[in-house]
Amino acid sequence: MNRSGLPRHLLPTFFALAMLMLAATLQSPTADAQSRVSEFKLDNGMQIIVVPDTRAPVVTHMVWYRVGAADEAPGVSGIAHFLEHLMFKSTDKIPMGEFSKIVARLGGQDNAFTSQDATAYFQRISKDRLKDVMAMEADRMVNLRLTEKEVLTERDVIEEERRSRIENRPESKLAEQMDAVLYKSHPYGTPVIGWMHEISSLTQKDALSFYKRFYAPNNAILVVTGDVVTDEVYELAKETFGGIPGNPAVPSERFRPAEPPHIAPRRVTLTDPRAGKESLTRYYLAPSYGTAEGSDAEALEVLMKIMASGTTSRMYRSLVVDKKLASSAGGWYSGSSRDSGKISVYAIAADGQDMETIESEIDAVIAEVKANGVTQAELDRAKKSLRAEYVYQSDSQASLARRYGWAVTIGQTVADVDAWPDDIAKVTAEEVQAAAKKYLDMNSSVTGLLLPAPAAKRADKQPAQAVPPRG
Amino acid sequence: MVLFSQCIGAPRGVSQCTSRSTRPTKRSATHVVATAVTALFAAAIAALPTSPALAMNIQTVKSPGGIEAWLVEDGSVPLVALRFAFVGGNSQDPNEKPGVAHFVTSMLDEGAGDLDARAFQERMEEIAMKMSYDDSRDLIYGSLQSLSENLDESAELLSLALTKPRFDQDAVERVRGQLLANLSFASKSPQQIATKAWFKAAFGDHPYGRETNGTLDSVKAITPDDLHAYVKANFARDNLRVVAVGDISAERLGALLDKVFGGLPETADLKPVADVTLPTGGKQKVIELDVPQSVALFGLPSLARKDPDFIPAFVLNHILGGGGFSSKLMEEVREKRGLAYSVYSYLNPLDHSAIMQGSVATKNEAIAESLDVIRAELEKIAKDGVSPEDLKAAQDYLTGSYALRFDSNSKIASQLLGIRVEELGLDYVNTRNKQIEAVGVTDVKRAASRFLDPDDLITVIVGKPEGIEVRG
Repeated sequence: MNRSGLPRHLLPTFFALAMLMLAATLQSPTADAQSRVSEFKLDNGMQIIVVPDTRAPVVTHMVWYRVGAADEAPGVSGIAHFLEHLMFKSTDKIPMGEFSKIVARLGGQDNAFTSQDATAYFQRISKDRLKDVMAMEADRMVNLRLTEKEVLTERDVIEEERRSRIENRPESKLAEQMDAVLYKSHPYGTPVIGWMHEISSLTQKDALSFYKRFYAPNNAILVVTGDVVTDEVYELAKETFGGIPGNPAVPSERFRPAEPPHIAPRRVTLTDPRAGKESLTRYYLAPSYGTAEGSDAEALEVLMKIMASGTTSRMYRSLVVDKKLASSAGGWYSGSSRDSGKISVYAIAADGQDMETIESEIDAVIAEVKANGVTQAELDRAKKSLRAEYVYQSDSQASLARRYGWAVTIGQTVADVDAWPDDIAKVTAEEVQAAAKKYLDMNSSVTGLLLPAPAAKRADKQPAQAVPPRG
Repeated sequence: MVLFSQCIGAPRGVSQCTSRSTRPTKRSATHVVATAVTALFAAAIAALPTSPALAMNIQTVKSPGGIEAWLVEDGSVPLVALRFAFVGGNSQDPNEKPGVAHFVTSMLDEGAGDLDARAFQERMEEIAMKMSYDDSRDLIYGSLQSLSENLDESAELLSLALTKPRFDQDAVERVRGQLLANLSFASKSPQQIATKAWFKAAFGDHPYGRETNGTLDSVKAITPDDLHAYVKANFARDNLRVVAVGDISAERLGALLDKVFGGLPETADLKPVADVTLPTGGKQKVIELDVPQSVALFGLPSLARKDPDFIPAFVLNHILGGGGFSSKLMEEVREKRGLAYSVYSYLNPLDHSAIMQGSVATKNEAIAESLDVIRAELEKIAKDGVSPEDLKAAQDYLTGSYALRFDSNSKIASQLLGIRVEELGLDYVNTRNKQIEAVGVTDVKRAASRFLDPDDLITVIVGKPEGIEVRG
């Protein structure tokens, strides 16, 4: 639980490298960044991004595929993530289950993850082992071998993963339900890990056909950060990945059904005796960095910083500090997806406070921003804070690699990433207010309530103390 | 494990990304059965992994006022990371009021000196300063991150927070509400219920057996005077450990140390905490909770950090359950049987005790099988020790990956503070790999014989487990 509501998703596509070179002021960090990041493309279509950071003699090596859960066919939800697990099984050269052990034996760490838009594999390792892990990653790009037994055992693992992440946590169950309701047509409404009943029937054949369709150099991005010489990485990549032919069957367009107009607010209530406290969460459909017009995404970033992020935010001040309706309250903008973004706000009820009053107050805070905008002081503080945050986040070569890889898989460019700090600096108070008016629209929202017990049965319910003015 | 910041979506950390593995521990290791690795990678496996030199210059800085710190100066990022700890921690809570230390760490950005909570927090944001605190059974941890350009202003606020916290009544009530809400969530979380019950079963009435975040009753009873009393007794110069990394010279750090910590009393007033050993003979408890997946925590007595066999025990744990996909527990429970997503063990050397702990989560109908498999692995390693191949693989990983712990300023700061707190000496970063390499199979066997007795397992299972016997 994060009491202060520090941003969880912070800085969607940012980037960070610029900050390594940053002089003592935050005026214009981007020029340095552009001089540090290099991009290449191999003849087989594989994209390469290299970001040197020589502070420690180690590298972060990532291969990203432009495929995620939202690219799954109906009925096989979870196959993107299932395949990600199976990628660690075996190839002609790697005996069953040895992939991670070999990396470890070389003194490296490895893992992988799947999101709606991307699947990524990475190793962190001593710089003189880059060649070895690159060879292993190239090998499993096309030579994966599976056996029925290993596939079925791994499916059991994934069912346990789903129990750990979702079934055992009421707040995760509610979030999953809310996403399913937020998206009427687009596959972002289906959970990345998949629905349990569909996970249970995934097969080796499903995994291999997904693999053959999407895993190829022309659908991949190599990102290397760390103590490297850019030209050497390029040569190494050419030797290692360059020999793998591109696959013309990889879909050239990522087709996802578009959302129809949203014309009515929706509500989801989950009553679960394992919920700790009554809480409210609301999602609004919003553009992402990939789909936003003009500076809408940056304006939403600044808006949510002012309105809902941390103890200085309006939401916290109003609900927690002044009116004492909630023990915590906040929100954020999630813009780092390909087809759609999301605005989230939440509040956890203080003892004796009812959800209706809390919801009214959230609405009042939102209505105030829509009606009167934000102050210059708030705007300055928020922009400074967002820009400083990526300075802090720039401290890690692993997060550098993730930011570039993430951005490119959702359709942005390295230049977009590098321009982010300046784009934030340009956001005006008018743009923030306009974004609030345009996107904090109840008709494109889902409000979720998590209740420990049915409200009617509660004998100890006290009347609300503070009824906020509406407005 | 590394999850994207972007993957975290909703309150209380609902993840939008799904990762191959996650473990709540920073440790990571491996063993490898390196027999059948073929052509392409054979050469790589056969070669000794390199142990990249840690090209770090650690200076010892003593301030004019006599406060000592370790410093790694690095100007490549315009940031300064200051990490510090006060020895004491939750164990110094009043007996009848557990949760005071945790309450204090939650209050240190809620106003100090002339600044009330709002003014303090706005000031922090204006200078983009990050300050956070954490509490453990033996320590209070503090962290300051500042842009170089705002370092003086950040130091000013940090000093106020430590020496003149206000603990205003309205801020205390607000934070109390948050802490009580956290306790409500914890009371429904299988992992947290199990942790609480495990420490109670292991340590009983000793301060380590108490609830570190307090109870609903104790948190309701804590007063601003309790918070002031804790700060007065625990925040002092003689129990302070400080490290700094980043864009700062030794001279400037010296002045900064006096500015931040100079106003603290010279000596802390700590209550003695008794050394304690875990009960032997084993216990197994079940706490019923209506969830589809049971969460089990298990643990045993282990070896102290200063014990000469600690490093062999550490290597043993890597082979058993610390080494992620290379560990015996992962191999047997997850890879062969598909019984769990996450299973691991780790050493937890406390100041006044030493334990090995671990965890697994498996659907209710199969949790008994998971625990049987884990116990069998413990028995095997206790009886036979480890093979030379497993030992070599663990050593290769541990030495080869050590540099990965030092690739950012904040990671360097964390590592150095850990070394200072454990009193391992400035030279530890240079000798650590040699200590790992010196471990032989007989050392591991000796270490195992000194603590690893599966009959001593204390296990707590939360859920609706089937086929579990309750003991002890």
